[in-house]
Parts: sequence; structure tokens; C-alpha cells
Amino acid sequence: MSSGLAAPAPTLDRKVVAGFAALTLAGVLAPALPAYPLTLLTQAAIVAVLAMSLDILLGYTGLPSLGHAAYFGIAAYTVAILATERQMGLAGCLVAALLLATATAALFGVLAIRATGTYFLMITLALGMVVWGLAFRWVSMTKGDNGIAGVPRPGLGLGWSLAEPLPFFYFALLAAALAWAAMGVLVRSPFGLGLKGIRESESRMRALGYNVWLHKYLAFVISGFFAGFAGVLWAYYNGFVGPADVQLVTSVETLLMAALGGPGTLAGSALGAVAIVFLKNFVSVYTKRWLLILGAVYIGVILWAPRGVLGAFTREPRGAR
Amino acid sequence: MTAEFWIIQTFNGLSYGALLFLLASGLSLIFGVMRIVNLAHGSYFMLGGYVGLSVVWRTGSFTAALVAGAVAIALIGIGMERLFLRRLSGQTLGQVLMTIGFALMFQDLALLIWGGDPYTIPLPAALQGIVTAGALRFPTYRIFIIVVATLVGAALWIVLDRTRVGAMIRAAVDDREMAQGVGIHVPVVSLGVFALGAALAALGGVIGGGFLGVYPGADFEVLPYAFVVVIVGGLGSLPGAMVGSLLVGLLDNFGKALFPELSYFTLFAPMALILALRPTGLFGRA
Repeated sequence: MSSGLAAPAPTLDRKVVAGFAALTLAGVLAPALPAYPLTLLTQAAIVAVLAMSLDILLGYTGLPSLGHAAYFGIAAYTVAILATERQMGLAGCLVAALLLATATAALFGVLAIRATGTYFLMITLALGMVVWGLAFRWVSMTKGDNGIAGVPRPGLGLGWSLAEPLPFFYFALLAAALAWAAMGVLVRSPFGLGLKGIRESESRMRALGYNVWLHKYLAFVISGFFAGFAGVLWAYYNGFVGPADVQLVTSVETLLMAALGGPGTLAGSALGAVAIVFLKNFVSVYTKRWLLILGAVYIGVILWAPRGVLGAFTREPRGAR
Repeated sequence: MTAEFWIIQTFNGLSYGALLFLLASGLSLIFGVMRIVNLAHGSYFMLGGYVGLSVVWRTGSFTAALVAGAVAIALIGIGMERLFLRRLSGQTLGQVLMTIGFALMFQDLALLIWGGDPYTIPLPAALQGIVTAGALRFPTYRIFIIVVATLVGAALWIVLDRTRVGAMIRAAVDDREMAQGVGIHVPVVSLGVFALGAALAALGGVIGGGFLGVYPGADFEVLPYAFVVVIVGGLGSLPGAMVGSLLVGLLDNFGKALFPELSYFTLFAPMALILALRPTGLFGRA
């Protein structure tokens, strides 16, 4: 990995510095914040990990997945079930959840990577629906529509309890920063550069001797792994896991976050996530009609966003003008 | 597991497949001509059902409900295509995200207008009975659904395969630019196909409202079914939509009857298998 880190471009350095500045600022300001903005920030940090994990696929590899909530949700359900029924601790839950989420991504990847463009979109959507269907119907395991409530926050064996908002915020922020760093190293590594090459021209990369399928497949699995990591944090944060966490709308929201911030920039996806989390919560405070407003905002953003934001990953050949 | 069980379940599966065909054929056609993955297609189904419900309440006529539902939703489809989706022509992901924006708005609007209670569209007396054959009992309404879907399927096939308009649509599906080049006004063809697809979904919604009911959330409940039909059958293919609908209707019905907790799995696992063997679906072309 060190060879990939040796000479990062100066612009990337600036982004990394800005990212660290934002994280530090959030960390310093947190104790002064009232409870509600603090929980929103916590939520944003967790969802940012999910959006960045999708960006590995969407922005770096050029594969728009519409089923990303699946890996997120599987990890969240795993934590919820193990923590409530088996009273399992953080380490056990984390390992089991990441294993299951990654294994699911490894299985779905075999099916999805065969397809490109619109087919990839539809297949990931349908595979995501499989997971939603299991969450909804496999009542003996998932409690169906009721979901699993009362997921206890983990004990770290340290002086302070994660049940309080502030310690949990630091916990989530640290975890998100670690995930961001790991993904940052990944996309700057030779492997990550290979992914970018595939995004730009699959045939050229194949001609250069790259194993295109393997690169895409690994990107898919790694992306699922980090989505699962976000799912673990989510289960502890929310204390409740239900079918809404794996539904199509969650996948679409994640895709929108990654697309909003400019795909192919991890920090951008994180910003997109923060923007949408705050928008969603503020609108829902003021009106019951938040879905209506949210839908209108989506449409407006897509219509009036700079062409480059969404036009950059048009994979249909006829889009070439 | 008596023979009776298999016959009744097969019949139920076929009638559900017939309903799915109304929904999925439009989705498939829209994709074929415009390459739009329309996530608001389930909304057309739900809104069609609600419009039909209101019309039945006012007029008492089921036929009027079918017509009004189809026309109203076709107009919504025309508005969406003409004013919004066309601006993003060629941007697959932008269009997908935009259709989901519409789906969210439609969901909330339906809740605002019709409230959160589930309703069933009252059926005309002629469709309420049961046809008995020996010990077997078939609801007339489910037979009616199969008949309607067969008629719609036949009409679509004749139009697509035997008429000038159909030839224009097929040309637009095969090669948009060449079709434009030989003088076919592709934007008008696209608009027409989009309106037709929306109307068919709404027709499915009114008919489905007679036995599945009309309720909030129906939009995102039927959407994955339509997608599986289209993925299995092949995007843009009418025979694919027919075969896919029947397959999905049967799989879903037997899955629910035999393995209730895993019913989604019994639906999607065969889809995954078909995809692994034929990535473009049964009737799709690369």
C-alpha cells in the first residue's frame, strides 16, 4: 500500500487537510451543541460512511448500485439480533456483521458484475429487494414489520458509557474517520487507480492486461464491507433495526448522496450525506409533508445541478455527444 | 398437496401473472424505447387504483373507473416525460434518481388526498361470482383479469408487429438514431410509448384494486415484481414480458403457498439463476 501513498497529488492533500479540519471542528464543537444537533451529526457521520462506500463503486468504478442498503441492513440486523438475543458484545457483533455483509456482497457481486449499465442498476435493485423481502417476511428471524427494538449500546470497558449522546458521537466520529482513511488509502492505491482506469475505459484496461472482472468484483465486495461497517454503527446508534433500513428508498438516498457530492470524491459523498441527513430532519420537523418536499428537492437538484455532477457517469453509449 | 391445490394455485398464479403483465409490459416498452428505468411505474399502478376508486365512488361505473384511471395517469406520464425526463435524455442515473423523486412525491400526494386507509374497489355484480367446475371454484374476477391481459397482450402484439406505428416503435427500440435518420419522429414515438406504458400500469392498478386493494405503499410493493418480470423476460421485449409475468406470477404464488417466510427468496433466486445463465434475460438482446 505504501507505494500508492508515496506521491499523492497536492490537490488531494488539500482535500485531506480540509477533511481533517472538518472532523476536528466537529469534535471540538460537539460538547457545546444541544442534544438534537448532536444526534443529527452522529447520524450524518454514520450515513457518510455508507455514502462513501457506495462512491467506491459509483465514482471510482462507474457502477451505479441501487441495492446498497442490503449490506448496510444485513450488518445492522446481525448486530441487532446478536446483541438482543445473545447479548453479544461489540467485537463479536462487529466481526459477525462484517462477515455476513461481505459474504452477501461477494455472492451478489458474482451475479451483478456480469451486467453493465442499466442492467447493473436493475439487478442490484432486485438483489436489494431480496434482502428487503427477507427482512419483511422472515418473521421468526427479523420480527418482520415490527423490527428489532432495544439494541443496547456496546460497553467499551472504559470510564464512560456510550449510552450518552456525546461519547457515542465521538465513537461514531472516530469510526467514520477510520473508515474514511481506509477508503482513502484504497482509492489512492494502485488497485484504486486500476478502478478509475476501468471507469474511463474498460476495453483499454483489458488490453493493458488488467483483470477487469476481478477489479470490479473486489470493488463490489469492498464496497459492501464498508456499507456493512456503517450498518453496525447504525444499529448501535438507532437502537432499532427494521425493514425501512433495507428498503429501496434507503438505497436510492445513498445513491443520491454519492451523486450529489460529486462521484469519485469520497469527501464529496460525505458532504452529500451530511446535507441530506440535515435536510431530511429539518424538513420533517416543520411539516408532515416532508416526502413531498424531499421528492421535489431531488427533482430540482437533478434538473439544476451542474451538468458535470450527474453527466459525468453516463454509461449509455448513446450519451456521447 | 392434492391435485386440487395445484390446480387452484396454478390458476391464482396465472391470474396474478396476468395482472403483472399489465404493469410490466409498459415498463419494458418504456425502457426499450427510451432506456429509462422508471421507478415511478409502481406509482402509476397505485395512483391508477386511487383514481379508479374515486370514480367508482362518484359514478358507480367500473368501466368509467378503468377509462378514467388510464387516461389520468397517461396524462401524468406525458407531463413527466415531456417536462422533466426529456431534459435528461441520455443520463441514465439522473433519470433514475428523478423518477424516484416523483415516486416519493406521488406517495405523499396519495396519502394527502386519499388518506392512509386501505380500500377495495367495489366490483360490478357481473364480475363478483364464482365459476365452479366439479369440486373446483374459480372466482369470476380472476378469470376476467386473465381475459383482459390476454386481450391487451394480443392488441399490443398486433400493433407492434403488424402496423406502421408498431414498425416505428420497433425501429426506435432497435436504433434510435437510425430511426430518427429515416424520418421517424422519435420524440413523439417516445412520448406515445411513455403515455401507453403509464396507462397500462394504471389499468393494472384499477383492476388490481378490485382484489389486492388500494393502499399506501402499494407503489413500492409492486415495483420489484415489475422489475423482476422485465429482468427475467429481457428489457424491451413484449414476449419476454408475457413469459416473465406468468413465470413470476406462478413462482410468487407457489412460493407464498409453500414457503411463506421465504417467499421473496423463492421469487428472486430463480431470477438470479436465469441472469447467471443469460445476463440479458430470456428474450433480451445485448
